[in-house]
This record gives sequence, structure tokens and C-alpha cells, in this order.
Amino acid sequence: MENLLAGLELLARWDVMLALLVGSIGGVIIGAIPGVGPAVAIAILLPATFSFEPIVGLTMLLGIYGSSMYGGAIPAVLINTPGTAVNALTSYDGYPMTQNGEAHRAVSIAYSASFWGGIFGILCLILLSPVLALVAPMFGSREIFLAALLGIILVILAHRGQIFAAGLLAMLGIFLQTVGLDAVTYTQRYTFGQSFLSSGVNLIVVVLGLFALSQAFFLLTAPDNSPDAKPIAGRMTAGIKELLKHKRVASVASGFGVILGMIPGTGEFTAQFMSYTYAQKTSKDPDLFGKGSPEGLIASEAANNAVPAAAMIPLLALGIPGEALTAMMLSVFYVHNVIPGPQLFQNNIDLVYGLYFALIALNVIVMVFLLFSTNLLTKIIRVPTRFLGVMILLLSFVGVYSLRNSLTDCMIAAGFGVFGLILKRLNLPIVPIILGMVLGGIMEVKLRSAMPRLKTPLDMIDRPIAAILFGLILLVLALHVRTLIKEWRAHLPEEDHDLHDSQTR
Amino acid sequence: MLRVKTLQALFKRYRRPGDIVFAWFALFVSVFLLSQLADQTAWRSGGKLFAQPRFWPAVSLGAMTLFAAFHLLGSALSERIHGRWQEVWLWISSLEFAGWFIAYAVAVPYAGYLPSTVIFAVVLTFRVGYRKASTLGAAAIAAIVIVLLFKTMLKVNLPSGLIYESLPDGLRQIMLTYF
Repeated sequence: MENLLAGLELLARWDVMLALLVGSIGGVIIGAIPGVGPAVAIAILLPATFSFEPIVGLTMLLGIYGSSMYGGAIPAVLINTPGTAVNALTSYDGYPMTQNGEAHRAVSIAYSASFWGGIFGILCLILLSPVLALVAPMFGSREIFLAALLGIILVILAHRGQIFAAGLLAMLGIFLQTVGLDAVTYTQRYTFGQSFLSSGVNLIVVVLGLFALSQAFFLLTAPDNSPDAKPIAGRMTAGIKELLKHKRVASVASGFGVILGMIPGTGEFTAQFMSYTYAQKTSKDPDLFGKGSPEGLIASEAANNAVPAAAMIPLLALGIPGEALTAMMLSVFYVHNVIPGPQLFQNNIDLVYGLYFALIALNVIVMVFLLFSTNLLTKIIRVPTRFLGVMILLLSFVGVYSLRNSLTDCMIAAGFGVFGLILKRLNLPIVPIILGMVLGGIMEVKLRSAMPRLKTPLDMIDRPIAAILFGLILLVLALHVRTLIKEWRAHLPEEDHDLHDSQTR
Repeated sequence: MLRVKTLQALFKRYRRPGDIVFAWFALFVSVFLLSQLADQTAWRSGGKLFAQPRFWPAVSLGAMTLFAAFHLLGSALSERIHGRWQEVWLWISSLEFAGWFIAYAVAVPYAGYLPSTVIFAVVLTFRVGYRKASTLGAAAIAAIVIVLLFKTMLKVNLPSGLIYESLPDGLRQIMLTYF
């Protein structure tokens, strides 16, 4: 109870509330503009938040993360272009509803389902907290190493149809984090005699290049386009009543979001697809799916909004990010010397509760904001794409240069920007590089610190959690091989893997 | 023949134009980096394998080369989509905007953050095809808002321009601190 109050106290400050307000509303706007997305916004703002206190910086970034999907539903429903990649399925049923003259109904259902998913995710996070506080200290170096290894494997395997490319890029990430002076042996690694490489390749410079600059280059090299969304009329609260008729679908979809959000590498896409399939299979009217089914819309929006809270679980409890946005947040924690992991629950539990309350507050702020300003957002979406590219370039400069006023950083970021553009054009994933860098660093440090206590290789898995994690790694690999064999026998046709075009928006 | 068909079915996949160029490039870079392993990393005699500074570069580059080889194989066995060299040309043309970005970064410490941001925004907006005065004006206003937000209000760590030194006393101080 004291900790809960301490958490509330952390939030009850004008600067924290302002950060939350700016983050939440900014997140909705950013999410609503096709071509920006939360990853670009978080990457740009990351260095700016370093000068803030941890709770201020984190609530702002959390606001963007948690609210962008609300905004992303607007263009998905109105113009069939998802604002963020995770709203892709929203357009399946949302856009047909708009074509049938039910845009208002679709948008209000999407908001209500998002709110349901968001709150469901946070409640799960709060209810799981005592368990996390209990289990997290059982994670020593070897368990964290194995969890990070499982994360890398899942990230690679989650990119079905692109596993070789995902593996290649994840390994590139692991390699990039080894460049520079080795902190233990003080030997140079892949510096090629260049002094600027001695301090290593900075994660934030890479993030800014791969997410923000590449997006600017992508927009600037593509033909100009100006999305045209028509204003909508009607009461936005109507969707809440409709949502209540489909509580089961909303809850199960949120449940998928929570479970898959906790597992590194899977996240919103898988959660959405599983929820959508579930909703269709159990619906009384399955033929309506893809033609304007409210249940399909609810399944998709509730699932993706439950993910941000769930993704905080491995981040806070173990210090292991499951996807790119939480990987970026991890660097904010590190900059402020707050190390997420088992000790966080013992030493900084007030910060953890503060973040929970921030998540609840942001859902309420966003919902209230959207009830009154949807038509304003339909005007903002019309920004021409090349103009947006110029703005992203200007903002990226703030992010890269403010880190340490280095021209070399700008050149490295520009190089990664071009590399990111190539990956986006080829529809190859960017996230494995970032997770490779973060998880690779964790694996190297944790394996080294586990070494003195290991006499034989089997000692690595002689503790219960380590054995479970090792079992999970074997299970995941075995399941993947089994799926490959089944597909092979069934001679399934190749799919178009646009499922992973997360990087094009 | 049957064996070739099986191999093709195993590795072929959906891809986009230019994929094979990327695949060759990735394999070339991986092999080059792996060939530098002995030169660019050290081996501490007596130390355990997992604690060696060479261990993680070796593991990551070894796996990267393997994945790159399979990626190339997959690319070579998949159906070719036309437009490979147009795509590669688009990648190369994006270097122009990388150049704009670096030029902007070079200009800021000399010309000052506010003037270089406004000039860069307007000129680049013109360059990408906008000709209307209202759009160019919007670019200038957006540039000023960015400067006010990040430099004036949030006091983000950005350099002051050398050009400000030549301004009169009072104005110089204001420009150096806020713009």
C-alpha cells in the first residue's frame, strides 16, 4: 500500500503530468499520420529525454508507445492505410464499414476496443506484479543469459518466411555491439585502427539511423502522396455499447495481447492474427469478417493495445526488451542509472507502480482526447509525405547531434539510414538488428559473470528456472522444425510475407 | 532433377526486386568481416573460451555468414521479379538525402542552429518538388517551431553558431543561449 501511494506521489507532479499529456496526445497524432509511427517518434525524442528525470522521460515515451495505436486506427478505418503497422488488421473490417457509410461506428468501436485492451493489459501487469517480485530475484546471470538467448531465437523464428534474413540481421546486431574496446580485457575489437570506433557503435545512433533517417529517406525517394480522410459525424460513445455486446471477444483478444506481449519477438502482429482467427472461428457471423465485422475490429484493436503493458513485464522484471520500442526505453533506464531487472522490484518499486499508474492515466487521457478531436486528426493526416520526410530529417538531427555533438555520429546514422531504407524497400525486418545489439550485450555480460560458478557445461542448467528456460529453447526449436516438416509434407503454397512490413510506416 | 526441385521448394520464398543484390552484398560483407577475425580481435592465452574477447565476434560473424549464404541461396532459387537495377538506383539516389543531412550537420556549428534549420528546411522542401509559397512558408515555420521547442524550451544540447559571435552584445548573448 505504501508503495502504491509512493507510486502515485511520483506521478502527482506538474512536470510528470505534462510529460504524460504531451506523450499521450503526441502519440495519438504521430500514430494517426501514416509514415511516422511510434518508433520514429521515440527514436527522435530519446536523446531529448536524457536531460529529464527518469520518471518524466519514461512517462513521455510510454505515452507515445501506449497511445500511438489508438491514433493508428483512424487512417486504417477511414482511408485503408494503417497509421502504424500494427493497425493493419483494423483496416480489414474498419474500411469496409467506412465504405458502407459507417465510419463513425467503426472509429468509435476501434477506440472502445483499444481502451478495453489497454486497461486489461495494465490490470494483468498490476496483478502479476507480486508474482514478478517473487520470481524475478530467482533470475541470476545464467537465467538472464538463457532468457536473452530465447529472445534472440524467438525474434528470428517469428519472422516466418524471412528467417535467414532475420537471422543475418540479428547476428549483425550482436556483432555491432562487440565493436570497440572490450570492457574486461581492454583489447580492441574490429576498430580497424580508427579511434572513433574504440568507444563502440552507439545504440541510439543506430536506432535513429535505422528507424528515423531511413523513414525520411523512404518518404523522400517515393512519389509524393497526401492521404485524404473525410471528416466523420456522430457520438463517439456509441462504440462502448457495441463493445459490451462482444465482451468475450474483447477479453480473449486482450488475453492474447498480454501473453504474446510478454514473449520477446512476437508482440502485436501474432496477437492480432491469433485474436482475429479466434473471433472469426467463434463468431455467429463468420462470413462478415473482412467485410465490416465489428467483432473483427474489436479483436484486432483490443489485442494490439494490450501489448504495451505486457511488453513492460520482461523489461521491468528481467531487463530484457521484447521488441524495438522497449529496447529503446531500456536505454533511458540505463542513462539514468536505473537498471531494470530483479533489483528494480526491491529498490525502486515506487517507480514501477508510478509507471503502472502512468499507463492507466494515458489510456484515459487518450480516450477523452479522441472523443472530441477525431475530426481534427483527419485534417492532420493530410500532411504530404515528402514534406513529412523533410520534417523527420530535421527532427532526426536533434536526436543524433544532441547525443554528443559529433559529426561522426551523424555520418554513421546517415549510413544506417541508407541501410534501413534498403531493408524497408526489400520488406526485410529492422527489429532483429536492434534486439541483437541489446540482447547480444546482455548475453555477453551475463555469460561472463556466470562463468566462475560453472564447473561443467551442465551446471548452466542445474537451477530450476535455468532448466525451464533451456527446455523452452529446445521446445521452440523443435516446434519450428515440426512446423517446417508439416508444411513440407502439405506442400503449402508460398505466402506473401507483407505481414512484416512494419518498417514501411 | 527431382533433387533440384526439392531444393528449390525448400528455399524459394516471396521476395522483392533487388533482393539478390542485397544477398550478395550481405554475404560479401560477412565473409570479409569473418576473414578479419584473427587480425581484429585478441585471444588471451589461458582464458576460458566463453570469456575470450574473440568469442562473440566469432559466433556472430560465423552465424551471420551462414545465414547470409542461405539467404543468397533462397534468393537465387526464388522467382525473379523484374526491376532489379531500378531498385538499386533508388538505393543509390537516397545517398543524396544522406548528403543533405550531413551537410546540415556540418553547417550548424558555423551558421547557427536557427538559420541553418530554416534554410535547410526551405531549400530541401523546394528540392523535393514543392513550389508553392505556402508550402515553403510552412517549412520555414515548422523549422522555427522545432528550434523553439528543442533549443529554446527543452535546452537540448546543440551547438551555438560561430556566426552569432559577430552580432551586437545583447543580441549575441540571446542568440548563443536560445537559438
